[in-house]
Amino acid sequence: MHSAAKTKLLAVTLALLGLAAAPSGEEKRISIYSSVATYTLPVIDRGSREYVGLLELLEPLGRVTSNAAGARWKLRYNNVDSEFVAGRTRCRIRGRDLDLPAPFLMESSRGLVPISSLSTLLPQFLGNPVSFRDAARRLFIGDVTTQVSAQLDNGNPPHLLLNFSAPVNPTIATEPGKLRMVFMREPLVPPGRQSLTFNNAAITQMAFSESNGSAELSVAATIPLMASFSNGGRTITIAAASAANAPSSGAEQAPASSTQGPAEGTPSATGVAPRRILIVIDASHGGAERGAALTDTLAEKTVTLGFARLLRHELEQQGYAVILLREGDDTLTLDQRAGAANASGAALCISLHAGSQGTGMHVYTAMLPSAVPGKGPFQPWDSAQTASLPMSQSVAAGIVGAMQKHELSARLYSASLRPLNNLIIPAIAVELAPGPNGISDLPSANYQQKAAAAIADGLSTLRDRLGAQP
Amino acid sequence: MIPRHLLISVAVMLVIVLSMGLYLRHMRRSDVEMQRLAGDTRPVAPPASGPTETVTLYVADDAAGGLRTQAAQIPLPSGRQQRAEELLRELLRIYQQTDSPHPIAPAADLRSVYLIDPGAAVIDFNAAFADQHRSGVLTEQLTVNSLVQTLAVNVPGVTRVKILVDGATRETLAGHADLTEFLDTGAVNQAVAQEAQ
Repeated sequence: MHSAAKTKLLAVTLALLGLAAAPSGEEKRISIYSSVATYTLPVIDRGSREYVGLLELLEPLGRVTSNAAGARWKLRYNNVDSEFVAGRTRCRIRGRDLDLPAPFLMESSRGLVPISSLSTLLPQFLGNPVSFRDAARRLFIGDVTTQVSAQLDNGNPPHLLLNFSAPVNPTIATEPGKLRMVFMREPLVPPGRQSLTFNNAAITQMAFSESNGSAELSVAATIPLMASFSNGGRTITIAAASAANAPSSGAEQAPASSTQGPAEGTPSATGVAPRRILIVIDASHGGAERGAALTDTLAEKTVTLGFARLLRHELEQQGYAVILLREGDDTLTLDQRAGAANASGAALCISLHAGSQGTGMHVYTAMLPSAVPGKGPFQPWDSAQTASLPMSQSVAAGIVGAMQKHELSARLYSASLRPLNNLIIPAIAVELAPGPNGISDLPSANYQQKAAAAIADGLSTLRDRLGAQP
Repeated sequence: MIPRHLLISVAVMLVIVLSMGLYLRHMRRSDVEMQRLAGDTRPVAPPASGPTETVTLYVADDAAGGLRTQAAQIPLPSGRQQRAEELLRELLRIYQQTDSPHPIAPAADLRSVYLIDPGAAVIDFNAAFADQHRSGVLTEQLTVNSLVQTLAVNVPGVTRVKILVDGATRETLAGHADLTEFLDTGAVNQAVAQEAQ
């Protein structure tokens, strides 16, 4: 396997095992928030400038192709053509010349643009304004911001209520005199003021800061604090650790960092909020393994990755914690996918495919032998799904029902399709097939968004059962 | 007067040119013959002859997204193994017609079927069957279900089916349907019943 793919697989596995630490300080990254996907890309230092891969940046937002010929690098985003020349600052987009603040770079046929050019470059491609918070490297495309308002209840004990305009899932950590919430994936913008001071002896201040692609809210206090979630992840209540341990009648599914794992619904003694329901998304194929050739230029691996990103966004909006088995064009074997998903302890694995045959959505569960011989505590690898199959079938039926409600044609099948058979957790596969407009629907963000919303709706009816999975 | 050594040289060169021309003609004929053979998609094994019987085939239908039954006449063979081969050849013939409900490459062919007691059937296809198969979960699974269900219904005693390609195990048919393990005919039967609902 390619060394880069090995490295990424290792990183995914560590995250799945709950061992991933906070991102290292020296790793620079940029976060992109849009209505179709939220993602993070590495930032590359060249000289005194910071660069980012342009194709990687645009890929989750639409259909992108690139072509390098000598020093020239051509990129097509949806119907927008552009041309860059390595070492030159002048580029051409939509037939118009544009000057970059630093030379365009080409490394291994990969086009790199200076980060400081994004606020002028991206509107040319997207046709929409973008807002780039340069110092923090946070890029907002369209109106995607998440607002927060704070309200202190001076009762005894005091509570700080944080209400968000969309569900959030920050990484929460406590230290003496402070509770920190780091928002890696949420397009959180500062409240009216960067810092709020409270007239309270216990909870004294809340401050907003942002850097390296993430935002942070920190609450200063003279007592130990902990956070609890309610209102589907839209409200965080911060209170004294002893007070927050008392059960709250209004509390719902309580989300928390996906890297930390106390049992759901059980407040943590360390101040870490309980985990949300974890769902693993497996974008099938990738790297050298292109999957089905949907058209002359469109490979299945491209559609599944785009669909996976949309589905992640949709599920996160519904308050689930989500892990993608591959974030880019990586090669993963079926055994590696199964191993990573099994190690995650997730409540569900959704494997995504795309095909040119049939119409609508095809939802699959594993096709297992009628009678699997028992082998004590060990499960045969090719029928590891046996114990979880009833739950998988319930999930598949729920999703098919939801798709039909969303006016999407959908059918239920069982298939001898790996890695479904090898998963010990509930698992389904969803194959995106052409819609009313034929093959052109497959890469369509609208079509994928409709399917993703239907999947999320289907899961909502099974949320309690998914949350009860060991 | 022309020197003798020059005459000899010219004669040798003429012989070489003539030989190369003949060799070129031979190569061209060989190439044409090879192309003709490569395009010949007729089955390798001769069809069985004699009395026929009516069987029920489970034919994949892309438009319906499932299998449908179709009666067919196949030669009445002497043994179970030959019967299994005739069944699958008839299925392939349907898929290779121009109006096929589930097109499979014209060059696809069945090499052999091995029946191994108790209950195992091993189907061996040529490389073109898998190499030129359309890729997709549904289309591949319909092919697999069609083969397994047809065998299970028409050849008593078959409970497990393994599909080989060119005599070897292949990971998937065309990127999706798993071919590494034996397929359970009971599970396929349930899947076919589910598709029919």
